[in-house]
Amino acid sequence: MELPYIVEARPDTGLNNGKLGIWLFLASEVMLFGALFATYIMMRVGASEWPLGASILNVPMATVNTLVLITSSVTMVMAWASLMRRKYGTYQMYMFFTVGLGVVFLVIKYFEYSAKLHHGLYPSTNTFLAIYFTLTGLHMLHVIGGMVVIAYFGLFGRKTYDKNPQWLTNRVENTGLFWHFVDLVWIFLFPILYLL
Amino acid sequence: MSDHAIDVDHHVRTYLLVFSSLMMLTLLTVGAWYFLDMPVGPTIALALFIATIKGSLVACFFMHLISERKFILWLLALSGFFFFMLLLLPVWTSIINHVGL
Repeated sequence: MELPYIVEARPDTGLNNGKLGIWLFLASEVMLFGALFATYIMMRVGASEWPLGASILNVPMATVNTLVLITSSVTMVMAWASLMRRKYGTYQMYMFFTVGLGVVFLVIKYFEYSAKLHHGLYPSTNTFLAIYFTLTGLHMLHVIGGMVVIAYFGLFGRKTYDKNPQWLTNRVENTGLFWHFVDLVWIFLFPILYLL
Repeated sequence: MSDHAIDVDHHVRTYLLVFSSLMMLTLLTVGAWYFLDMPVGPTIALALFIATIKGSLVACFFMHLISERKFILWLLALSGFFFFMLLLLPVWTSIINHVGL
């Protein structure tokens, strides 16, 4: 059975179904992270004392991670541009670069987390660390989820591409929207947790 | 070269420009935090201002919101509205409790 409106836009929404779906999902993600950001603000405003993030967390590591994630957003968008140009090999290369940068992000995060745990700093230690582990942990799960989808399309996209290149292009664009959202969340997490 | 290819080339140039801007703004955020000895209030304001510019660049160009259909923009505006409601609700509750209404 042929899926409807996966390549062409629906006449009523003006969007293909995949794009509408991912934007609805991202709207729910805005509420999820929004609720946690609101929690952070309320706890910080209500606290009599609040530690400076930089006194506990590793700013140089987080700065490198920010640069890594921004770079991965560019490689992701370049993968989409390569598909628009119908260059499948280049598309695959950019997809694997993106996954590789995701791995670098996770490795740095692993060192950051293990340093905290090694020094006896757990989510239960104080409110700041509780919100730090919750926000960065949830963000990390999103990075892993995004990497799985990107790797899948990088490895197994050929069949869809051969069937209809625009179908894969749309799927990669939607995956990219999620990945950029993950980048966008980190752009706010970095100064809020590490620098302020 | 076809119009389609020229259009993609134009997109790629924009992406690279946005990429370098994001890199510079990240270094500016860290530089301002490291070198400027400001009180907490202005530090928060500056860091969030730069983060908002960076976030807008990602949303507008990488996520193509600048050329996206109005339907999506309304959808995001709606979730943004509910986010601010979520944020303001505890503040209002606290004000009401404080004033004793």
